[in-house]
Amino acid sequence: MSESLSHTALIDRLGSALVPVQRLAPPWRRTLGWLLLVVAIALGLLMHYGPGGMLQRWVMTPDLGWAGLGAALTAVCAAWAAFALAVPGRRVTWAWLPLPAALLWLGASGLGCLRAWFTSEPPDAALQQSTDCLLFIIGLSIPLSALLIVLLRRACPLRPVPTAVLVGLASAAASAALLEIGHATDSAATDLLTHALAVAVVVAINAALGGRLLSRT
Amino acid sequence: MPRSLTITATMAFDDAPPGQVSHLHIVPAESANATESPGQRRTRWMVAAQAGDRHAYEKLLADSIALIRTAARRRGVGQEHLDDVVQETLVTVHRVRHTFDPARSYDAWLNAIASRRAIDALRSSGRRDRREVHDELALERQPAGDDASVATEREQRTQRLHAAVARLPPGQREAVEQLGLRERSLGEAAELTGRGTGALKVNLHRALQALRKHFHGEP
Repeated sequence: MSESLSHTALIDRLGSALVPVQRLAPPWRRTLGWLLLVVAIALGLLMHYGPGGMLQRWVMTPDLGWAGLGAALTAVCAAWAAFALAVPGRRVTWAWLPLPAALLWLGASGLGCLRAWFTSEPPDAALQQSTDCLLFIIGLSIPLSALLIVLLRRACPLRPVPTAVLVGLASAAASAALLEIGHATDSAATDLLTHALAVAVVVAINAALGGRLLSRT
Repeated sequence: MPRSLTITATMAFDDAPPGQVSHLHIVPAESANATESPGQRRTRWMVAAQAGDRHAYEKLLADSIALIRTAARRRGVGQEHLDDVVQETLVTVHRVRHTFDPARSYDAWLNAIASRRAIDALRSSGRRDRREVHDELALERQPAGDDASVATEREQRTQRLHAAVARLPPGQREAVEQLGLRERSLGEAAELTGRGTGALKVNLHRALQALRKHFHGEP
């Protein structure tokens, strides 16, 4: 079969279809764009719950504050890394950017678990609270992930699965940080384990579905 | 032919609001520094291409073919698939040219895309190989396996098929080549041929009908 489309013919065709393009904004600026939505949700939650309860909890149990800060930093770093990875030619080592913040998040949450070990919270109350947290993190992660995927498809994610994992991590971490604003009670071990489960579920769903969505770019 | 001009954007281009292009400088397309490396030259052409300079763009794509081939060979793509990888990469470059950052190397940007397309090609050929059945025993027991007439007949059949495809109207022929023979997806074929996916599907359907009628006399 003869080559009906030689390279020259293809180049000619692509040349004739050429139009000026608006260059993609740098990853940090695109990250800020996504964070605008997160900040808007945070403001809405603060207006609803008020900052008093959150600040009081943080003063009484500083590890919760550190965990919240770690989750927020993880969200920023993971989103930034995802936007950077979606540009061809960027190093895959960008994927490690959220690691220090994630370790802070994990470490502070672990401390919370140890502390909660000694509390005497009724199991039924802890279970109900955990279910609410699970639904909050997963429910909020859906729109946050969807927006990230839409923004990332504007670029060219050549490594769709690692990028999608970062999308899941950013969304779940942002949701966990936002949860801190309206958390009704102090943390319990089951509650913290539920957070970990919710994050794992969001990351896994993104890796499975987000990878496919991003690989079609 | 008048000397063409290239519109080159500065770094401030990134700061322009959507839909606007700011701080543009007009520089001659052929203005090449004597000390400019090939990589720097390609970066300059890409910047011009992002601003819509067709002349620079075509030179850039032609210059990129050797780099794409090198990247594909490094990934282990065989000679028979190199042209496919080149074309897929050129189409991707066209589609995502807005992601190139002039502060970075064009060659590294292109290499990342070409490597990805090379991996896609390897996976695709791997899938094809798995679909095909290799049964040495069956081949040996085939009574006419070593009969020269079988090879001749097969060759004639191939020639008849090629001739029949060649006689199809251009649109139908293109659809068969891209979707049937080269196993491209609808989206890729649409990008390559400049036709809509609906038109490609209709053309393929009509082409298959025509070929069926030609060989089997079916309506």
